[in-house]
Amino acid sequence: MNARRQKSPSGSSRKKTSGATVPSSLPAGDILVDVRDVHMNFGGRDVLRGLSLQIPRGSVTAIMGGSGCGKTTLMNLIGGRLKPTAGQILVDGQSVPDLEKDELFELRKRMALLFQTGALFTDLSVFENVAFPIREHTKLPEPILRKVVLMKLETVGLRGARDLMPSELSGGMARRVALARAIVMEPMMIMYDEPFTGLDPISKGVIAKLIRELNQSLGITSIVVSHDVAETCLISDYAYLVGDGRIIGQGTPAEVQKSGSEHVRQFMDGLPEGPVPYQYPTKTGYIDDLVAGNT
Amino acid sequence: MNRKTLELWVGLFVAAGLLAIAMLAFKVGNLATADVLNAYVVKARFDNVGGLKAKSPVTMAGVRIGRVSGISFDNGKYQAVVTMAIDGRYQKIPADSSASILTSGLLGEQYVGFEPGGDERFLKDGDELMITQSALVLEKMIGQFLFGKASETPTNKK
Amino acid sequence: MNAIANLGRIFLSALERLGRAGLFLAETAAGTVTLVRRFPLVMQQVYAVGVLTLLIILVSGLFVGMVLGLQGYNTLVRFGAEDSLGLLVALSLVRELGPVVTALLFAGRAGSALTAEIGLMKATEQIAGMEMMAVDPVKRVIAPRLVAGIIAMPLLAALFSAIGVLGGHLVGVGLLGVDAGAFWSQMQSGVDFQEDIMSGVLKSLVFGVVCTWIAVFEGYDAVPTSEGVATATNHTVVYSSLAVLAIDFIMTSLLLTEV
Ligand SMILES: Nc1ncnc2c1ncn2[C@@H]1O[C@H](COP(=O)(O)OP(=O)(O)OP(=O)(O)O)[C@@H](O)[C@H]1O
Ligand SMILES: [Mg+2]
Repeated sequence: MNARRQKSPSGSSRKKTSGATVPSSLPAGDILVDVRDVHMNFGGRDVLRGLSLQIPRGSVTAIMGGSGCGKTTLMNLIGGRLKPTAGQILVDGQSVPDLEKDELFELRKRMALLFQTGALFTDLSVFENVAFPIREHTKLPEPILRKVVLMKLETVGLRGARDLMPSELSGGMARRVALARAIVMEPMMIMYDEPFTGLDPISKGVIAKLIRELNQSLGITSIVVSHDVAETCLISDYAYLVGDGRIIGQGTPAEVQKSGSEHVRQFMDGLPEGPVPYQYPTKTGYIDDLVAGNT
Repeated sequence: MNRKTLELWVGLFVAAGLLAIAMLAFKVGNLATADVLNAYVVKARFDNVGGLKAKSPVTMAGVRIGRVSGISFDNGKYQAVVTMAIDGRYQKIPADSSASILTSGLLGEQYVGFEPGGDERFLKDGDELMITQSALVLEKMIGQFLFGKASETPTNKK
Repeated sequence: MNAIANLGRIFLSALERLGRAGLFLAETAAGTVTLVRRFPLVMQQVYAVGVLTLLIILVSGLFVGMVLGLQGYNTLVRFGAEDSLGLLVALSLVRELGPVVTALLFAGRAGSALTAEIGLMKATEQIAGMEMMAVDPVKRVIAPRLVAGIIAMPLLAALFSAIGVLGGHLVGVGLLGVDAGAFWSQMQSGVDFQEDIMSGVLKSLVFGVVCTWIAVFEGYDAVPTSEGVATATNHTVVYSSLAVLAIDFIMTSLLLTEV
């Protein structure tokens, strides 16, 4: 099969990031993504306050945390769609916030972000959606392109749906098409933003299996952002827990699940009461706010 | 939509649009008639050109034979010099032909009309028409008419 | 005092937005060089903004021409100048109504659709997804639409004028008994190719740039929610119409004084 003709994405420079403080339990291997002391401020509100984490090359790393804690923001920072208020973000040795547009686009050709919504192009069929990055970035002849696209669709089990339009897909199918589109250029890294939300148990299992298989067969570094503790822990090598704008727990899934920290316990066990606030921060107290209406 | 049908539609649309521009240019506008071929230039002097403009038609027996290419003012003789481009097909215009500035309809645009003379020689490039008649200026005519009336009335009354 | 400060703030933010729109246009213009490779995309957009707008343009053009025929005849016949009806209809269409009414209809039909489409692409993260796939949405999405709008507008305006003249002929010659020969010959001698027809084409080219520019910018700059897209679509129609009328006045005065 000539699909392997595409250039291997990991063949590029493998600069080691120097001076990274690797936690004791972090699996050995070189660091692909290095986030150091990142602050992010949206209109006066600090979403991230000194978050640091490292993602080793070739691993599946989970990033878990409550809704609104800044996980999607973190993905956007790593992908260069946002610039941090302070701190450093290194991907494959390059400082993402300092890259020129061209350099950033070169880097993005080697990483994929699977959006929470899938973000399929609604005016293109499933086949054309998956073919899109190939058509844009290569001059692959049509017969080879067709083979590559069909192979990726087969991987996600949707070869038969190639002629459907995105509006004719279910949520889970759309996410699988988006996954096929993300892997079609064989990137060095994929970031999955909430790959499990809104899926039935079978689809969840299928996606989880896919993430694991892609990691093992193609060596793709994977970052899985999720608040689905069980599924995520099953497939990841290492897990970070985000809360209060920084990392509040890390380790192998087993370690995290056994952690004694109050923060971590609350999240892992799904307790309504605990140190993680359920309420969006406000300046006025609840009672004051209610009473304020009776002037 | 099928790629082929899309291309067909776009092709039809562009062709129709270009056709419309061509129709505007040739059928509605004067692109077809504005051009005079292998033109030669003749001149004529007028005391008053009225509303004549560059590109106004030059006709003979009601047929368009050329157009006005320029109008200038002769500082010495206080006359207007009108240069006209005459179509190369019309070579046999007598040299003593006369030129008058006429109006199409009561309020229409003005043009130059040639009346043929009896000369054996023909007009050629650079020639000047000697016999000319200026434009009729409506205000002047009305003025003369009223003036004539005014000078008549008192004598009648006496 | 507060009102003045507010006014100043609104003015400044409008100015800033205009600057952003200008930069966006420059970026898009620079992005059109890659369209040689993406010619099918332009074709697809010409279909969307041109072919799909054709019907409304043709129908409106026909009716406008017919009304001009009726109104013009009623006015001219008082001066015994009904032979000039062809000239009146053609000049009104070619110089003013063709480009202007086409641009207004274009803003309502094609411009609003462009804004809504791009705004929704933004709201559903398709634009962001494209960026993350290292594809510049300005080159892939915006540039083909801008070029298509600039191609389509003069063609649509010409079709509007052409069918309008035929509509005037239908009413004037067919219904009211104006002499067909006089209708066409007066028209031909009075309508100048350079001064009237080309200036009309020039106008519609400028309108094409402005209307499409406003439409794609409003879409690209829309707040990515359904409400934001609705507002942006609304803005497209309002701003395009105002811009077309204002530019028409400026261009007409420039073109007329030039003659
Ligand atoms: N563009 C923005 N402007 C202002 N605030 C923003 C913006 N994007 C995100 N935020 C804020 O940042 C916080 C984190 O948002 P983010 O989308 O990263 O959350 P998340 O962890 O992905 O949540 P979820 O699990 O619900 O997807 C939210 O409180 C949100 O209000
Ligand atoms: Mg999120």
